[in-house]
Amino acid sequence: MTYRRQIDRLPIPPADAEVHNVSCHYCIVGCGYKAYTWPRNRQGTLTDNAFGEDLGQQQPPNGTWLAPSMYNMVRQNGQDVHLAVIPDRDCVVNSGLASIRGARMAENRPSRVTGTQQQRLSDPMMWRNGVWQPTSWDDALDLVARVTARIVTEDSEDELVVSMFDHGGSAGGYENTWGTGKLYFDSMKVKNARIHNRPGYNSEVHSSRDMGVDELNYSYSDYEITDTILMVGANSLETQTNLFLNHMVPGLQNGAKFIMVDPRRTVTVNAAEEVAGEENVLHLAINEGTDMALFNAIFTHIVDQGWTDDEFIAASSFQSGEAVGEDSGQPAGLGSLDYAMQTCRTSLEEAAGICGVDAADIRTAAEWIAMPRDDGSRRRCVSAYEKGIIWGNDNYRTIGALVNISLATGNIGREGTGCCRLGGHQEGYYRPSDAHVGRPSTYVDQLLIGGGGKAHHIWACDHYKTTLNAAEFKRVHRRRSDMVKDAMDAAAGGTRDQMVDAIISAVNAGGLFVVDMDIIHSQIGQNAHVILPACESNEMNLTSMNGERRLRLSERYMDPFGNSRPDCLIAAGIAQHMEAVLREMGQDDYADQFRGYDWETEEDAFMDGYNQGNPEVTYARLRAMGNNGVQEPVQGFENDQLIGTERLYADGVFTRHGREDGKALFCAAGWRGWQAAGKAQEQANHEFWINNVRANIFWQNQFLDQDNDFIQDRFPFPFVEMNEGDMERLGIGAGDLIEIANENGATQGMAYPTDTARPGQVAMVFGSPAGSQGNVVNPGVNELILPDYKHTWGNIRKLADAPPSARTISFKSKEYSGF
Amino acid sequence: MSKRCNRLVGVGRRQFLQGGAVAAAGAAASTVMPAPANATPANAQVDYPSNRLGNIADLAVNEPMDISYPDAGSPGVLLKMGQPVEDGVGPDGDIVAYSVLCPHWGWQLNYDAGDRSFNCPGHYSRFDAEVGGQQIWGHATQNLPQFTLRVADNGDIFAEGCSDLIFGRPSNVI
Repeated sequence: MTYRRQIDRLPIPPADAEVHNVSCHYCIVGCGYKAYTWPRNRQGTLTDNAFGEDLGQQQPPNGTWLAPSMYNMVRQNGQDVHLAVIPDRDCVVNSGLASIRGARMAENRPSRVTGTQQQRLSDPMMWRNGVWQPTSWDDALDLVARVTARIVTEDSEDELVVSMFDHGGSAGGYENTWGTGKLYFDSMKVKNARIHNRPGYNSEVHSSRDMGVDELNYSYSDYEITDTILMVGANSLETQTNLFLNHMVPGLQNGAKFIMVDPRRTVTVNAAEEVAGEENVLHLAINEGTDMALFNAIFTHIVDQGWTDDEFIAASSFQSGEAVGEDSGQPAGLGSLDYAMQTCRTSLEEAAGICGVDAADIRTAAEWIAMPRDDGSRRRCVSAYEKGIIWGNDNYRTIGALVNISLATGNIGREGTGCCRLGGHQEGYYRPSDAHVGRPSTYVDQLLIGGGGKAHHIWACDHYKTTLNAAEFKRVHRRRSDMVKDAMDAAAGGTRDQMVDAIISAVNAGGLFVVDMDIIHSQIGQNAHVILPACESNEMNLTSMNGERRLRLSERYMDPFGNSRPDCLIAAGIAQHMEAVLREMGQDDYADQFRGYDWETEEDAFMDGYNQGNPEVTYARLRAMGNNGVQEPVQGFENDQLIGTERLYADGVFTRHGREDGKALFCAAGWRGWQAAGKAQEQANHEFWINNVRANIFWQNQFLDQDNDFIQDRFPFPFVEMNEGDMERLGIGAGDLIEIANENGATQGMAYPTDTARPGQVAMVFGSPAGSQGNVVNPGVNELILPDYKHTWGNIRKLADAPPSARTISFKSKEYSGF
Repeated sequence: MSKRCNRLVGVGRRQFLQGGAVAAAGAAASTVMPAPANATPANAQVDYPSNRLGNIADLAVNEPMDISYPDAGSPGVLLKMGQPVEDGVGPDGDIVAYSVLCPHWGWQLNYDAGDRSFNCPGHYSRFDAEVGGQQIWGHATQNLPQFTLRVADNGDIFAEGCSDLIFGRPSNVI
C-alpha cells in the first residue's frame, strides 16, 4: 500500500512566529530555508499569518505552501513548540525551491510529541553487562579518557585511530571540525586518521589542488551565462537538485549546450534534453573508467586546432617544462602545457577505441567546449565533476586531465566558467595543520584489518555502509571489538581502574576499544564500547559553506535531543577529561596540551577556531547576512556587510598549490588502464559491472531516512537498476531480491528493471543500510589512498521473490515524459 | 533512448481559479474562528463535501476526465484504469481520482497515457496512477493526493475525502 500521510489540515504559523535562518544540512548546495517556531497553544489564521498571504486562496504554482513534511512539533528552550521549515524564496541559491531532502528537514527532527526520529541517541551509553546502558557524560567521558590516555602514554598516539567527518552541514561544520581537529591534531598528533567516506585522511582532488586550482572556484550563477556545461560522473538533478533546477536549467534555457560524461543514462541527461533539446545535449556514454582517455583526446584536439587561450596560458600557467616530477608518491608529473601534452597526447580515434564512443562525438565535445564562434570570440565552459571520477579509475590523473582542458581554454576565474567538483555535503573544514598525517596518509581500514591500533574513535562515520572491502572490515572490526566487550563483561562489578585494566589487557591482546560519536546508533556503532550522542545543525548553531563557497550560519531553533551535545563540545569534554586523567597520572606536560577547551557553546568553538583565522567573521555578522551569507574567502567588513569573493582566480593568479609564482600547472596524465590493483582481473572474471550511484530521494547512507516512512515505502530495499533482458535471462522479476557477489564478498538489493540500463551493467544505490555495496568493492586505491569504489564487477543471482513491501511499489521509468 | 510518448493527455489545463474556494462545503468547520470565551468545539477532522464527479458510464479506460475536488480551485482527474488498482472503486475496482497539482511546487501535472503516469513539466517529478499516486521519481515529499471515492447504485461517482494535503492550502477544505 502506498504510503499516505492522511493529513488534511495543518496549523498555520502566526504572524509573530520566530523566524530562523536555515541552510539545508543535506547536500552541498545548501538551499536556504526559513524555520518558523511558535508556541503550542497559538496559531495564525488564513488571513493573518507568518507568510503574509491569504491562505484562504488556493496558492498558485510556485506559491507558498507548508507541506506536511515541513511541519513538526519540537522542543525549544524546554517547551514544545510548532515548527515549520519552508524554502526561502529570497535565497539566491534555491529561490524558493525545495528538494525532496530539504523539504523533510522538519519531519526528520526528533520529536517526542509526534514520534519522529526516535532512533536518535539521547544519552551517553556504555557497554555494561552485555548491553549498552545509559550513563552520565562524566562517567562516559571518564572511561574514554582513561583508556585513551593509557594507550597513548603506554604505547603512542599512533595506537589511537580516528575516523572523523571533515564536512559541513549536518553535524559537521566549522565548529565541529575545529573541535575534533584541535583534539586530534593540536593536543595530540594523531596520524592514523581517516575521513567519513574514504579510508585515509586525504584530499579527494589532490591533482586539482597541486595544479593550483581549488576545486570550488566558481559561482553558481556562472551556469546561467555559460555557453557549455560539461558534466562528468555526476547526476546533478538527483544529487545537487536545486543547483540543477535553479542555475543549470536557466543556463540551458539561455542557450548553453550540455555534455554529460557518464556510462549510465540518468534523469539529468533526460531533463537536459527536455530543456535544451536533444540536439544540444551530448551524452558520452563511455566505457567505465575511461574518462581520462576521453579528456586527453579533447585536450589534444583543442590544442591541435589552436583553440587554446594562449594569452591566459602565457600569463597564468607555468612555462618551463616540468615543475613537479612523477614518483612513487606523486601519481603524475606537473608542468607546462607543452610538458603535459607530451604525455597526454591522444587522438580522437585512439580515445574512441578506449572509451567505446564515436570519434565524431568526441570531436563535437571539443567543439562545444572550445571552438571559437564565427566572430572569433571564445566560448565559455563550466566543467563540473563528482564521484564518477573522484571515486573512479586513477583519480589523480583523471581529474588532472579534466582540469587541463579548463586551463588550456581559460575557463577558470572568469564569468561563465569554472572547473569544480559538485560536492556531496557542504564544506566546513577548519582544523590545525594535518601535515603530520603525511602524504600518502595511512590506509586506515587496512591498518585496522591488519590488527593495528588499540583505540578507535569514530565521529559520525559508518564504515559498515561507506567503505570499500567492507565485508572483511566488518568481520575484523567486530572480532576485535568483541574481545574488549568480553573483557568488560568479565570485569563487571569491579572498580573503574579494574575496568580500565581489563580493557587495556584486551587491546594489548589484539582487541580494539571503540568510541562512537553519532546522532544515531549506527551499524559500526554496534561495535562500540562507549557511545556519545551528538546533535545536528539547528539543534546547534552551525556554519558551513556550499559549493560556491557561500558561508551561512544555520541557526539553532530547537534543543538538542535528550542529553546530546554538539560534537565540538563532546571533543572539548574528551580533552578536559584527558587533561584531568593525565595530570592524575603525573604527566603534567602532556596534560597541558589539553588545555584551552573551556567552551560553553558552539559559538565559543567557532571563535576559538574559524574566527581566529577569519577575524571579520562572527555569528552576529553572519546572522545579519541571512541565507545569502557571504562567499568565501571573506575580504572584509564594510557598511555592515561582510565582503566576499564571487569567484576565485579572477586575477589569473593560481595559489592552491602554494607556489609563490602563482602559476597554474598542467598534469601529465598518462593513460595506464586500470590503475588500482585487482580491477582488471575482476572485470575479466565477472559478468556485471556494479556501478554505485546516488538517488534524489535518499540522503547518503540514509541515516535519518531509514526511519522515514515516506522514503522507506518507496524503496524498501536498495534498488539495483538492471537491464530487462539480463533480468529475463536470469529469471529475475521486478522487486525480486538479488545477490551480487565476487571474491570480496556479497551484498543484496532489489531489482529495478530499467529500459536505459545497458546489458551487463547494473547501478546499485550506494550506502544503503539494507545492502552495503562496499561489501563487493575490492581494497584497491591509488597512490594517495583514494578508493576506486566505482569499479567493481560481480555475478548476480536471484535470492527471493519480491517481498510484500516490494510488490506494491512502482517500477516505472524514472525519466520524465514530456510533450 | 529517451522515451517520447505521443499519448500524453493534457488534463486540468485551464487556469485554475484564484480564490474560488469560498463556496466549498465544510468551510465552516475551519478552526480559524477567533476563540470566544466559551470555546466552541470544532471537529478534529476536516469535513469533506460529497461531490458528484461523474458516472461510470462517462469513463473510458485510460482516458482521464477533468474534475475538481473538494472545490473548484483544486483540479484533479478521474481515471478508469481497466484493471484493479490500489483504492480503486466501481465494479472492476479500477476507478481512481487524484489531485493534479504537483505536491512539490504546485505545477499542473500532465497524464502520460502511455505508461499511466502523471508528469510535472516544472521539475520532472513523476507519479504512478496505477500505484496509489506513488511518486516514481521527483521532489515532492508526499505521494499524489488520492481522492476517496464512492460509487452509487446508479453508477454516479462521488468524491468524499482525500489521502494527503493538497498543494497550496493549509487545509484541504478552505
